[in-house]
Amino acid sequence: MNASVAWLNAFVRGSHTAEQLRDLITAHTATVEEMIALRDDLAPIVIARVVEEALHPDSDHLHITKVDAGTGELLDVVCGAPNVTAGKMYPFAPTGTTMLDGKKIEKRKIRGQTSNGMLCSARELGLGEEHEGIMELDLDVAPGTPFLQVMPVGDSRLVVDVLPNRPDLLSHLGVAREVAALTGASLAFPDIGVSGIEIHQPKRFRRAGNAGGIVMHLEDSKLATRYMGVVIRGVKVGPSPTWLVDRLTAVGSRSINNIVDASNYVLHEIGQPTHAFDFNKIDPDPKMPEKTIVIRRAKDGETLTTLDGAKRILTADMTVIADSSNPIALAGVMGGADTEVDDHTTDLFVEVANFDTGRTRRTRRAAGLSTDASYRFERGVDVTLAPMALYRVTSLIIALAGGTVAEPPIDLYAGDVPRAPIVLRTSRVARVLGVALEASRIAELLTGIGCVANVEAGDAAIHVIAPTWRQDITAEVDLIEEIARLHGYDALPGDIRPYRPGTTTDAPLWTTAARLRDTLSAAGLLEARPTPFVSGGEQHVRVLNPLAENEGYLRRTLLESLVRRAEYNLTHMQGNIRLYEIGAAFERGEDGLPTETTRVAALIMGDREPTHFTNSKPAQMDAWDAKSLAERIAHVAASGAELRPGNGNDDLLWEIVVDGQVRGHVSRVTLDAPVWASPAFGIELELGTMFNGDLAAPGQHAHGAAVEMPKRPVTKYRPLPAMPASEFDLALLVPGGVNAADVEGTIRRAAGELLERLVAFDVYDGAGVEAGHRSVAWRLTLRHPERTLRDKEIEGRRSKILSVLQTELNVRQRTS
Amino acid sequence: MTIDEFRTRVESHKAEASQHILGALDANALEEQRTHVWSRTVQQSFSKALGELPADDRREAGRLFNELKVHVEAVLESRRAEIASLQHALDKPKLDLTMPARARWRGGKHPVTLVIDEIVAIFRELGFTVALGPESESEWYNFSALNFPADHPAMDMHDTFYLGEGALLRTHTSPVQIRTLQSSPPPIRILAPGTVFRRDPFDASHAPAFAQVEGLAVDEGISFVDLKATLTLFAQKFFGKTRTRFRPSYFPFTEPSAEMDVECRLCGGRGCSACKGTGWMEILGSGMVHPSVLEAAGIDSERYTGWAFGMGPGRIAMLRYGLPDIRLLYDSDIRFLEQVAE
Ligand SMILES: [Zn+2]
Repeated sequence: MNASVAWLNAFVRGSHTAEQLRDLITAHTATVEEMIALRDDLAPIVIARVVEEALHPDSDHLHITKVDAGTGELLDVVCGAPNVTAGKMYPFAPTGTTMLDGKKIEKRKIRGQTSNGMLCSARELGLGEEHEGIMELDLDVAPGTPFLQVMPVGDSRLVVDVLPNRPDLLSHLGVAREVAALTGASLAFPDIGVSGIEIHQPKRFRRAGNAGGIVMHLEDSKLATRYMGVVIRGVKVGPSPTWLVDRLTAVGSRSINNIVDASNYVLHEIGQPTHAFDFNKIDPDPKMPEKTIVIRRAKDGETLTTLDGAKRILTADMTVIADSSNPIALAGVMGGADTEVDDHTTDLFVEVANFDTGRTRRTRRAAGLSTDASYRFERGVDVTLAPMALYRVTSLIIALAGGTVAEPPIDLYAGDVPRAPIVLRTSRVARVLGVALEASRIAELLTGIGCVANVEAGDAAIHVIAPTWRQDITAEVDLIEEIARLHGYDALPGDIRPYRPGTTTDAPLWTTAARLRDTLSAAGLLEARPTPFVSGGEQHVRVLNPLAENEGYLRRTLLESLVRRAEYNLTHMQGNIRLYEIGAAFERGEDGLPTETTRVAALIMGDREPTHFTNSKPAQMDAWDAKSLAERIAHVAASGAELRPGNGNDDLLWEIVVDGQVRGHVSRVTLDAPVWASPAFGIELELGTMFNGDLAAPGQHAHGAAVEMPKRPVTKYRPLPAMPASEFDLALLVPGGVNAADVEGTIRRAAGELLERLVAFDVYDGAGVEAGHRSVAWRLTLRHPERTLRDKEIEGRRSKILSVLQTELNVRQRTS
Repeated sequence: MTIDEFRTRVESHKAEASQHILGALDANALEEQRTHVWSRTVQQSFSKALGELPADDRREAGRLFNELKVHVEAVLESRRAEIASLQHALDKPKLDLTMPARARWRGGKHPVTLVIDEIVAIFRELGFTVALGPESESEWYNFSALNFPADHPAMDMHDTFYLGEGALLRTHTSPVQIRTLQSSPPPIRILAPGTVFRRDPFDASHAPAFAQVEGLAVDEGISFVDLKATLTLFAQKFFGKTRTRFRPSYFPFTEPSAEMDVECRLCGGRGCSACKGTGWMEILGSGMVHPSVLEAAGIDSERYTGWAFGMGPGRIAMLRYGLPDIRLLYDSDIRFLEQVAE
């Protein structure tokens, strides 16, 4: 909503500055997002003092002056004004200023004398017609002070962010009402030169009435709560006067002609859209002596060319104004081109209606056309505004364009619906706001915005009837909000008061995620936060209204996103990629809701570490790096998880198995990579399911339900060894088909409790190793908790291990 | 002097000389020691003693003296070599300590996560814990339970991605309010960070998915004063000393509703183009929980009151790191993340 400061001041008979209004409205009503000085062209103009003045030697009317414009030096300025006087202050345009007429002030010579700028007249500044002399200013300010700072000339526009609950603020009347309530000023319509113009009292009917040559029919009150119309004959279409053009310019609206401008003026003044049809372009009704106007549902397939020139095919969802044959306007949205007022128009039919909010919304949507009118009807226009708007627009048209109203206006309306009083408890106000306000203070605040407030004896409650323009106020809490904002949020205390801590603990998934982020970041990985949209297929959850077809689905795995991110980096020549994400993935669910899981994933490729002078060709990351990362992730997020080797014939390297269930995997990742890129590896692990079903029926809670808190496994302390350990190595010849895990398991069983550590530290399958075998070297650390192991004992274990390996796995000690 | 006495003297000098020579740490000290233990005077004193021995013993004494001479000179020579090699080692070029450290890949958390963590840490001091909710939601949790009127312009503020059959991608973290109220009795103090979705095409300042942090406090006796006090304290802990202001606003699920501004981070409140000359920057939306919201979750709205807020850590991250384009937060460009991730 664009509000003119001058217009608002005219409503409250005030002289508030733009800043004052901006701060007041923002603090109490709605945020003023922007403040635009409409005479910004005057920004370069400064106040200057003429220090010396003498007649120009070569001219009979020019003066040469020395001017102090606050620049630190006196400027030579040639001035033609008869009234230029040494010691006086004048507006001054320094060189470089572009004047309103487009003339640029430059340093130049006038009859041999240099002039650095211009002392200005009112007309040169666009501030009036006065041009006989320059504008003498009776000011006590330092030379160089910006003109606009001390001379508040020109209107300012306030851009007010009106939220959907406050359609009453979509007019100057609405905003001025707030200003009046907040400043205690009285509110009155601005004088627009219509006093003395009398118009008949409207005649009220339910469904139909004759407005003087035109019969109006409201087909269904669901379409419009109210429909008023009047016929004005004998107007003369022409340009609007300056004051009206200025008002419309101030709110960002273009002047068209006096009829359309009058209608726009009323829309911005009181928020009621009106529309003037060219009476003579409305088709006569062949069956009737008068013309007919019907407010009805559109028929599917009917067409209408609107004022913007677009030919629109209508649907039954839309409401139209029609003559006896065709639609002539899209109700609440835009008039039709066929009945447009033009220079030859003499007779008007003026409509002032209150169209249904929901239907206007659907009409606007179906037509894809939002206008000042539809914007207001959709949000709700006060139904009681119509008679005032009709009077205002009719009298303004008559004042600007002449014409007469022969017959009383018609008002199709079922009548005002009285509003039910709301009981407002002063105790509740205190509970919600945290401060006790006197009942009289509350009543005063509410009366200020148009409520009727009756304080009960004893002050416990106030019976409040909200004004018609505040349909958003329907309950006690709505009134409490009004009290809070009118009293002022800033006026409420802001001291910390005692509180009880919450009863819930951190969501376990949050704790796990935080620990994973620490671990993965410390491991050199960078966290990504991509969107979950992917180009998917049959198995993906489909987004019904995606932004783009290649982002039409929700990912099933995080790696789908990370692969895209890796590709993005590769296109930017970044090949050392270490990315991780903790986020949501989606599977198609049984009913409408997808099955949502929270996951962790990582993607690694490229050099294991950055190049260094000790390592000028770092090795590339391989499957073992991926396995290491997977183990670290599992250690944090899935204690007891097992990495089970995949079957080796596809990209799957390991499955991450938790409690017997496959929860994740480590895989080779295929991506769209340039030839120089290294192999990529991905790790993904499901952390848990994110429940998205109903916890309880609407209006119910499930507080009794037992919440199972997952236990985080804790590693218990084992006493540190006090006895020395013994170490020995076994070089084993392992036949194909026997894997390291088998060997390890067998060694552990055979070695028994004394085995403290077991590491495979070398693998070799080159020359000297029997075909089909590999040589794996293991280092065993044995320790007895209470005494030193004897050589004989160690030798005994060693023999036993070797013999068990031989019998169970056909693994022998390597001899050569 | 007898030959035995001469022998003893030779042996003792042999030992003494070795000790002195080996004790020398550099060439100067060695020369000093040489003049001390093998000077002409020392040698002459042995020749003189030799000359005074009986003739029969002189041959044996001569051998002993020669042996001493060979020994001392050998020790001197070997020590000289040792010192020289030591000196060589010392003269070698030193380790160039300006060479770079062994490099490791730099990892880190996403800037948006860093902001969320900081917000969480501040509210944790004030008795809040973290709650999470699903990103895929039902219309009831996302809209109806939060008092959104059906077919109302309020819905225009939430351009929604629909998944069909009443399912959608949540447009805000506020459904976590309902889920928390339904599952836990008051007192409730929770923070709900998470991703939310609006059908805004990607441009420099909009993204179709972005982070939000929701806060909710519900108990007996909670008032607007608690809202104002807690959020003001938060702002001062998060941004440092700053003025705050509260403006009326509208959210269907809170009433009264308020937006909180802090002094513009760019101009310090003087007014600049980023804050459209107001000197203020909007940080969060908040309000007293609407009674209908409490009732929708089965909570007695006469007994309990509460306040809630929502804020966008992405916007704060953009301000903090001076990001010109929101897409930097989504591209996962390694070069960007290496700059800002911690
Ligand atoms: Zn600023």
